[in-house]
Amino acid sequence: MTAAGEFLPYFLPAAFDPNLRPQTSAVIEPPPVLQAHGIYKSYQKDSLEVPVLRGVDLEVATGQITAMVGRSGSGKSTLMHLLATLDTPDSGEIRFNGRRIDNASRAERDAYRNRDIGVIFQFYHLLPELSAVENVLAPMMIGKSTWAYFKTRKQARLRAEAMLDRVGLLHRATHKPRELSGGEMQRTAIARSLMNAPSLLLADEPTGNLDAETGLEILKLLRGLNRDDGLTILMITHDDSIAATADSLQRMKNGITQGNRPRRIA
Amino acid sequence: MYRWLLCFRYLRTRYIALASIVSVMLGVATLIVVNSVMAGFAAEMHDRLHGLASDILIECHASGGMPDPETRLQEMRDVLGDRVEGASVSVHVPAMLGIDFNGQLITRHVNLVGIDAETYDRVSQFGKYLLHPENQSQVSFDLRESGYAPERENFPAAGWKYRRQRAEYDRLLDEERQRVDRTLRKSRLQAGLPQPPSRQVDDDLEDDPAAAPSPGAGADQGPSMSLDYSADLFAGGDGGTPRQTFDMATDQFPGIVLGIATCSSRLRDADGNVNDHYYCRPGDDVRMMFPNASENAKVVNQKFTVIDLYESGMSEYDSTFAFVRLDQLQEFRGMIDPISNTRSVTTVQLKLVPGADLNAARDALRKRYPPDVYAFNIQTWRDMQGPLLAAVRLETTILNILLFLIIAVAGFGILATFFMIVVEKTRDIGTLKALGASGSGVMSIFLSYGVLLGVVGSGVGTVGGLLFVRHINSIAAVIERITGQEVFDPTVYYFNSIPTIVHPLTVVWVVTGSILIATTASVLPALRAARMNPVQALRFE
Ligand SMILES: Nc1ncnc2c1ncn2[C@@H]1O[C@H](COP(=O)(O)OP(=O)(O)O)[C@@H](O)[C@H]1O
Ligand SMILES: [Mg+2]
Repeated sequence: MTAAGEFLPYFLPAAFDPNLRPQTSAVIEPPPVLQAHGIYKSYQKDSLEVPVLRGVDLEVATGQITAMVGRSGSGKSTLMHLLATLDTPDSGEIRFNGRRIDNASRAERDAYRNRDIGVIFQFYHLLPELSAVENVLAPMMIGKSTWAYFKTRKQARLRAEAMLDRVGLLHRATHKPRELSGGEMQRTAIARSLMNAPSLLLADEPTGNLDAETGLEILKLLRGLNRDDGLTILMITHDDSIAATADSLQRMKNGITQGNRPRRIA
Repeated sequence: MYRWLLCFRYLRTRYIALASIVSVMLGVATLIVVNSVMAGFAAEMHDRLHGLASDILIECHASGGMPDPETRLQEMRDVLGDRVEGASVSVHVPAMLGIDFNGQLITRHVNLVGIDAETYDRVSQFGKYLLHPENQSQVSFDLRESGYAPERENFPAAGWKYRRQRAEYDRLLDEERQRVDRTLRKSRLQAGLPQPPSRQVDDDLEDDPAAAPSPGAGADQGPSMSLDYSADLFAGGDGGTPRQTFDMATDQFPGIVLGIATCSSRLRDADGNVNDHYYCRPGDDVRMMFPNASENAKVVNQKFTVIDLYESGMSEYDSTFAFVRLDQLQEFRGMIDPISNTRSVTTVQLKLVPGADLNAARDALRKRYPPDVYAFNIQTWRDMQGPLLAAVRLETTILNILLFLIIAVAGFGILATFFMIVVEKTRDIGTLKALGASGSGVMSIFLSYGVLLGVVGSGVGTVGGLLFVRHINSIAAVIERITGQEVFDPTVYYFNSIPTIVHPLTVVWVVTGSILIATTASVLPALRAARMNPVQALRFE
């Protein structure tokens, strides 16, 4: 991704901005929001065991953008699904704010996905029947009972419009996903992931399906969210140039993470 | 909330779901229409059957009947108390009807009923089925001048007016016959040929005033099928004294009311129009043969004048009943005790107050008249029509089962459609789960989708079915016009329009049943959606 270079100044780590990040944060390190330790995961294929993750260790520091880089097929998405509790590891543990979530109850995991984290995917995964604003509203609708949602639907709508405004898409609120471009869809997906004010955003190749320029716009948006709202982001990518701009970087190779390089310390 | 939103959106955007809705709709509409028509038929039939039969019928098997009916009636009133609203006694006797039609004899087996017009109308509907408007309000067994069936266009001339013309025609015909006869004799005599047997001999014999017997005595002559009009069994309309001469133009035999189908046939001509053909009509004379009430029964051969026709709409009744005056029939059959002068009857009909339990009343009567002591047959109208009513019930049940199978087929359609939709929506199901939707939440999308299909389908079907029922007769007319085929054949049914009754409970049942089927059909696909592995679903392209 050579074209990315000229846009890189927009994507500087937030830690370098003295106005937004108090210096004290470098002294008192907040506990990591997400920790994974010794994760093993293999898939069964016709009585043949295909190991995908073989002892992954990972920490996502609060308030940072953590990049996880690896070649296609190295198991990044698999790991992200485990972190989002969409799947369970064969062994190892995952902690969110110090609490085990990989073996939590179904209801707890549903609530975790709904409230504590936001997820975005390479292929956006918007619901095609719903308009942009309805897609943004979806996590709130899912999180509340019909009645509770109905009582607060005005505020919910306002918040959804604010989120769309935040990603610069308020004027497309009533458009269906198929009427949006790839970049606009991804921005809608970002607005959706922010709807329930999560403390962690998991992004699986958010730019993987976009051209360089649009991809950079998305990265800029994510960086802005990190800087302005202190959103913690785990960004999964196969692109080293994107990974290089993150606050810290983890490399995945053959199902094992290599090196934990917090940028500030390096 | 998202469940409902998505469910509605899926409903709106999936046209394949429309097919399921249409199939549910059609099933529901058909069920409602068929049930309404069947209920209409059944109710109409009940009405007719009940109207014709009294609530409770007590028949005496003995050919002589039960003597002293007044005492019996009092006994019955004692048993049933104030449940009895009306009572009528009558004589039922199997008989053969002979009609002279263009010189040919038409014979029919009929049930000859001697009724007391006054009380009979109180226990069952009788008068209102007669053709003459005056007879409808007040039955008279005397022939009326004219005015029969005024609302019928093609009803032939009937009454005294017709009878006089008929008498005149017969007289002229007879004169002509005799003239031909005389000429023939003369020419044969001149030619020296032997004389043909004179037809005059018969008539002379019968016309002999000395041979004119008193009522009922006709039995002595044995059954004679000669239908030449003569005064052999003449008795005045008042049942009174026999006269020496009988003039057809001014006199009538005892009055009789014939069931319309005993003396007419309803046919469809080449152009498809329905026409009634009458073999005899009010004003004509007919012959009745029936057993008398004596120990060694003999046949009574009696002439009657048709004074009206009876059309109830029940072909079973219309083709078998003939009504005469009770006192006359008792006389003809010799059911009057010569010493005590009490009259016997064969049948007692009771009408109970509305809402009275017929079966309880019947059982009480059966207890009062145990079958091993009394030769009585005690039945309610339902018992008498039991097989017919049961057949209609069975028909309705079977139709319902078959039609619910149609809805079940629609259910399988929903099942297949839903599986398709679930597969199509795999990615979205993964997305929903990634956003925190629970398995049961995802399941409820498809369940409520199924319920909605059922509700919408059966809702539209109900409205459509009810509208169809409401306008069924105009629809039948339109179909008739288009196909040229009569939907509702009046030669088969005696209803002039299709009777319908909508039972709200039936509608509720149909609607609940179909919603249930639609819901059940969506359970499996919904379960599949709920169980779907979100990771596989998200990878699904
Ligand atoms: N259901 C599955 N069964 C078998 N192998 C799978 C399954 N899902 C993923 N894999 C394999 O796991 C490996 C990692 O996949 P993935 O996590 O999607 O990689 P990445 O996201 O890093 O490109 C791949 O080699 C893929 O073929
Ligand atoms: Mg991947």
